[in-house]
Amino acid sequence: MRELSLNVLDIAQNSVSANASLIEIELIENSKTNDLLIGIYDNGKGMTKEQVENVRDPFFTTRTTRKVGMGIPLFRFAAEMTGGSFEIESEVGVGTRVRAYFKTNHLDFTPIGDMTSTMISLITMNLHIDFLYRRKLNDKEFTVDTRQLKAILGDVPLNEPSIALWITDYINENTKQLTEV
Amino acid sequence: MKTLEELMALRDAAKANLTARDDSSEVTRIVVGMATCGIAAGARPIMAKFVEETAKRGLTNVTVAQTGCIGMCRFEPIAEVLVPGKEKVTYVQLTEEKVARIVADHIVNGVPVAEYTIGAVTE
Repeated sequence: MRELSLNVLDIAQNSVSANASLIEIELIENSKTNDLLIGIYDNGKGMTKEQVENVRDPFFTTRTTRKVGMGIPLFRFAAEMTGGSFEIESEVGVGTRVRAYFKTNHLDFTPIGDMTSTMISLITMNLHIDFLYRRKLNDKEFTVDTRQLKAILGDVPLNEPSIALWITDYINENTKQLTEV
Repeated sequence: MKTLEELMALRDAAKANLTARDDSSEVTRIVVGMATCGIAAGARPIMAKFVEETAKRGLTNVTVAQTGCIGMCRFEPIAEVLVPGKEKVTYVQLTEEKVARIVADHIVNGVPVAEYTIGAVTE
């Protein structure tokens, strides 16, 4: 993957497949310590201990369980390559929590890339799922909660072009503000 | 800065413009492969381009959706166009330029772009 935002999109697709009704995505960055945490949490159907072990291993791919494949290993390698680490916790019927820790000053650190596009793809393609997006840089942060947007919009869908454009601009502006002094 | 008040205004404008969608049997479906293989090959901007092109043309009887791995990873990004009553057309190795032409020729004018299809590539 050329951008970590693409890994996030890929991992979040697992949550979609797991029939989650709420998917939380957070990026927490500290530019002084060069730390980045990317977390993807869902309330989907979850996995057994065995399944969790399997998703860590790209060579144990069985196509019987949909959550098995290259997605998790690629994300894990992207983190470990920078001297970071990777965690996955899951409980059947409760959900799955994926956390990847990166060292942003490492030569092999993949740029975060276009997180806005990732969020827009997820939000507009999965209208029945709620998304909570949180992004923090040092002491500044913002969140976008589709539950709040849906409360305002009523029966106007989030994928209505003018609405999707507003969400795009909203996330972009808030992201830009994080880096302004 | 974008404000939530602005979103409320957009909502009211959108409500006024919401036209009754055609019967679901008449809806053309565009399905983009968004598994790991598709995403790595650039499916995200392809999907966005389909959404942009159909929105720009005000095509209310077209939906853009995503699916998992279609099983031909080396041809990603892949999209399938399903026009009611017609055979499914599978487009492969998509670029944003190809998407614009597919929407214009196939979706709007009903003529599939043969040279971008799986059949043309595997010949």
